[in-house]
Amino acid sequence: MTNNIILAGVGGQGILSIAATIGMAAVKGNLFIKQSEVHGMSQRGGAVQSHLRISDKPIASDLIPMGKADIILSVEPMESLRYVPFLSENGWIVTNTSPFINIENYPELEKVLETIKTRKNHIAIDADKIAKNLGSARSSNIVMLGAASPFLDVPFGDLEEGIRQIFENKGEETVNKNLEALRLGRKFSQENK
Amino acid sequence: MQKLLLLGAEAIAQGAIDGGMSGIYAYPGTPSTEITEYVQKNKQAKELKIHSDWSANEKTAMEAALGMSFAGKRAMVCMKHVGLNVAADAFVNAAITGVNGGLIVTVADDPSMHSSQNEQDSRFYAKFAMIPVLEPCNQQEAYEMAFKGFELSEKYRVPVLMRITTRLSHSRSGVVRSEMKTQNLLRLPSDRRQFVLLPSIAKVRYKGLLNSQLGYEQESENSEFNQYFEGENKKIGFIACGIAYNYLLENFPENDIKNPVLKIGQYPIPRKQIEKLLAECEQVIVLEDGYPVVEEMLKGYLANPKIKGRLDGTIPRDGELNPNIVAIALGMENAKDESIAPIVQNRPPAMCPGCGHIDVYKAMNEVLAEFEKGRVFSDIGCYTLGALEPFNAIDSCVDMGASITMAKGAADAGLHPAVAMIGDSTFTHSGMTGLLDAVIENSCITVIISDNSTTGMTGGQNSHAFGRLKEICLGLGVAPEHIREIVPLKKNHELIKQMIREEINYQGVSVIIPSRECIQTAKKKK
Repeated sequence: MTNNIILAGVGGQGILSIAATIGMAAVKGNLFIKQSEVHGMSQRGGAVQSHLRISDKPIASDLIPMGKADIILSVEPMESLRYVPFLSENGWIVTNTSPFINIENYPELEKVLETIKTRKNHIAIDADKIAKNLGSARSSNIVMLGAASPFLDVPFGDLEEGIRQIFENKGEETVNKNLEALRLGRKFSQENK
Repeated sequence: MQKLLLLGAEAIAQGAIDGGMSGIYAYPGTPSTEITEYVQKNKQAKELKIHSDWSANEKTAMEAALGMSFAGKRAMVCMKHVGLNVAADAFVNAAITGVNGGLIVTVADDPSMHSSQNEQDSRFYAKFAMIPVLEPCNQQEAYEMAFKGFELSEKYRVPVLMRITTRLSHSRSGVVRSEMKTQNLLRLPSDRRQFVLLPSIAKVRYKGLLNSQLGYEQESENSEFNQYFEGENKKIGFIACGIAYNYLLENFPENDIKNPVLKIGQYPIPRKQIEKLLAECEQVIVLEDGYPVVEEMLKGYLANPKIKGRLDGTIPRDGELNPNIVAIALGMENAKDESIAPIVQNRPPAMCPGCGHIDVYKAMNEVLAEFEKGRVFSDIGCYTLGALEPFNAIDSCVDMGASITMAKGAADAGLHPAVAMIGDSTFTHSGMTGLLDAVIENSCITVIISDNSTTGMTGGQNSHAFGRLKEICLGLGVAPEHIREIVPLKKNHELIKQMIREEINYQGVSVIIPSRECIQTAKKKK
């Protein structure tokens, strides 16, 4: 088993905490992992990506080859389209539909969403709205992780455990909100797959 | 032993801690910053009192590390590739003095220039200085090379360069630790003249360095980091250096590579293995990230047609390697060729909303609108992003500190106004000496030290300039009435403009210090 995941977003949106949760779950399951991140200049509001690979066999490359990604997990709709050359034929785009607009020429959102819908396998979810309704706007990331979870070969319980560890020192309420965010994201994908 | 999930950079730090390091010295620079930060945050390192404070620049860091080595202890100095240019004087001469305690010079190269102004390859520097190099292919090797590098350095009494690239530095994987070694005791060099590079002594030491080359080569031939894998298909053999080895393996997911492969992780390149590979293969493809260092050596001036790589177009001449580039070089069918939908727009990095540099640029642009374009010399930092839309505010960014000195040279040539835009940390890194040049000649330049009280671009490390910019400028001899301080906020817009205008009109050196904390570091403190 190998999962190749491209995490996409804009610098500052916190895709690395998604990576950290999956990473923790992978380590718990004794899986091999390689996760390549972006630090430095692009973190200042630029397009950022992280290549995350988990497998039960040793992994050679830190970078996912073109056409070999199983999932593009994007916290921003336009960013999900930037990495389609990496997506495998049967791969899934799992994306947030709430845009992050920090450039003047951001395309019409409707057209971005239409383009996403032309993909054979896609999950488009308004994670910001779900998180807001939960009363935890900052959990949008975790909703997205939940939405991607049905496509990961990681036990859901290990992801929950990862959430507990990451938010442990922020109090029980934060932990519970994020667990709920994770479950809501998962539910959406299971119903819309 | 326990398995840790570490960035390549962090694996080096952990390896150095476990290898008995007493001090790490560095100036922040992507992709090397996380090595030192890891030591700073590491509990055990704190308990062991391992030195890990930042240095003013890479040269001071290199020299301090050499001093620790002089005193018999193990030291590491870290920098990004262009930082080695700054440290080069100390670096090259440290090869002549040699070391006492083990010394590892860790340099992180940035092929494809993700966060840099060039993609120079540090292995050239090591060859120039004639010292051994370690180049890990993965996080575990990064750990082990740092762990064992001190011993290699002490065995030959020479600094060892550890070379990594952005990809490995910023990629995480599982790392198994070894048993921790104790630090060296304070012990002076047995020969007190070792570090005195007077010509008469330097000549002797240089001969010694030349005589050691054979030993370094034999060490490489026997190194666990250089491995020869036999293969029956001798039409093509591969040399894979550092991380390039992973990209080769990625193209053989069933581990069914039939060609001979020489994996290189330690330099000078292992002669015996190279000779064997070249003798038994019809062609040899050299895979290395960065410059064609090994390829050029093997190809030679007479261009041996057997050697393939970046020089003959088998692999692109510039840019970072990846599995796909290697697949094409191998003649394998490459992945589907899907392009990105035209609706996707570029999203370049930008200064954060609310950043003080923005207020400075807005005011400066309005004042300078009265003049022709081409008068602002800038530097390395977040404010370099002022070169992009919507500011288009600066006309140069070359190296740390070049803003002040280039403005001076342009002023010498008769350009007016000549404005230098530099950050606080960059100023104490390499701007102060240039300002002294300008003061000595009372050059007609206006220096703006845009002070955000941190080293911002690399993630908010302490700035040596904090709280002492004015005193430094006074000490360097800038006239007190031409050192102007202000808080860059919207409400001060007209004031900043007035200041810039007045100082541009002054026929001498003036320094304007707009000072407001980086909004990212301020946010973190909350």
